[in-house]
Amino acid sequence: MKPKSLRKRKFLNLASEVFSLCAIAVAVSAMAIILATVAYQGWHALSLDFLLRRSAPYGAQGGIGNAILGTIAITLGASVVAIPLALLAGIYLSEYAHGKLACLLRFSANVLMGVPSILVGLFIYTAVVVPTGHFSGMAGSLALSILMFPMILRTTEEILRMVPNSLRESALALGMSRPRAILGIVCRSAAPGLLTGILMAVARVSGETAPLLFTALFADSWLTGYFTQPTPSLPVLITEYTTNSPFASMHAAGWGASLAVMTLVLAINLSTRIFLGRKVR
Amino acid sequence: MTTKIQTRHLNFFYGDHQALFDNNLDIEERKITAVIGPSGCGKSTHLRTYNRIFQLYREQRAEGEILLDGKNLLDPETDVLELRRKVGMIFQKPTPFPMSVFDNVAYPLRLHFHLKELEIRERVERALQGASLWEEVKDKLHASGLALSGGQQQRLCIARTIAAEPEVLLMDEPTSAIDPVATLRIEELMNNLRENYTIVIVTHNMQQAARISDNTAFFYKGRIVEAGPTKEIFTNPKVKQTEDYITGRFS
Repeated sequence: MKPKSLRKRKFLNLASEVFSLCAIAVAVSAMAIILATVAYQGWHALSLDFLLRRSAPYGAQGGIGNAILGTIAITLGASVVAIPLALLAGIYLSEYAHGKLACLLRFSANVLMGVPSILVGLFIYTAVVVPTGHFSGMAGSLALSILMFPMILRTTEEILRMVPNSLRESALALGMSRPRAILGIVCRSAAPGLLTGILMAVARVSGETAPLLFTALFADSWLTGYFTQPTPSLPVLITEYTTNSPFASMHAAGWGASLAVMTLVLAINLSTRIFLGRKVR
Repeated sequence: MTTKIQTRHLNFFYGDHQALFDNNLDIEERKITAVIGPSGCGKSTHLRTYNRIFQLYREQRAEGEILLDGKNLLDPETDVLELRRKVGMIFQKPTPFPMSVFDNVAYPLRLHFHLKELEIRERVERALQGASLWEEVKDKLHASGLALSGGQQQRLCIARTIAAEPEVLLMDEPTSAIDPVATLRIEELMNNLRENYTIVIVTHNMQQAARISDNTAFFYKGRIVEAGPTKEIFTNPKVKQTEDYITGRFS
């Protein structure tokens, strides 16, 4: 039997390597360009004053302090609602659900994940904002929590499924009840993965704009009422300043706010990595 | 000599597929019983009925009777948590929990008994000594259990299991994922454990069965072909199939 040409295989090997490198280069350079542009454009606007002061009408002498606080409050509120529910649902899907019910639940989560975020905002608008009669930070949180829920649900389920059955069995074989084995042993061993999933979802929704437009809206004030008042946030501030304003000073402030959002998301991601890195060691 | 576990007319099903056929077996108290047979013959399946661990999987089902000290453990009335405290299990791959060596062993203590912290410490030490692991880990009790070597992890699992003060130890190929030296240590350990526990071990390793067990049961295609004292099974098997398997004519 004549073996396949080695030359051809080596060439294919090299070609695929080069191709993957190119693909990586394209992706990384896109990210690098975005980061660099935002850093370059936003840098001028940034100052301690800018970060701490509240925003002002037409951007005059205003800062983004209230928007930072608002984003933190809205994201935190969304997390409080979505994380426990999504974790429990994910545990249920991975550990208990079976057959048609499991398929149905998984399918619904996928559908929910595919719903455009602006629709989620409209839904909360009709379900919460209209009946209560006011925009509020809480409405924004609810909209974001709907986006977070399926993300965390799916990662939780997938990560728990990766825990080997032998660990479940040895926990049960010691005489643990099922809930104890799941929460005390299975989830514990999957904790780094679960945490990553949660923080990715948090980072992801903290930059969402569309669902906040109809729910939290915006305000140039500090947080005057999370449950009853329009609440400022960085993404909405950026949208307003950069797309709806003719003033150069507002454009600059928008860039500054973009840099702030990017840093925030990056900080969440990095702190996860560092925290997890230490845990693994 | 007393019988600790009596299996009577045990049939086992994975969904529609029947894996065990009319198994009848007596396990003697404070003896090591080896369960041998070719892959897929139902050894592990049989062992996994003794602590009802198979119930984790909804499609698996056992019929018949398994009497532990005369009480049918397959009876739905039997409390499965208490059963599993009494009938501990060691698995093929070591499964330390993601926590410290100390907490691994303390887990079943805190789970099953009301103990003061001092008593827990004493019992953890005793269990680790019982698993002949104490000398190796006494200076790193608070290091992660996952940081130990494979053989040490397996002995940690044994320590964790005996901490719950079981009466029976089920071992499902406990040395198949471990190097020969560590295997020897675990075999020595089993020899010591025999004094206090009834041990049932599933093994692929015929020499191991011959070395450590008092009794042997030979499984083939879900049936128990022959069971009796290890010496007899290995030197003077009554059934041709047993002889063929033991002499390596098929596997």
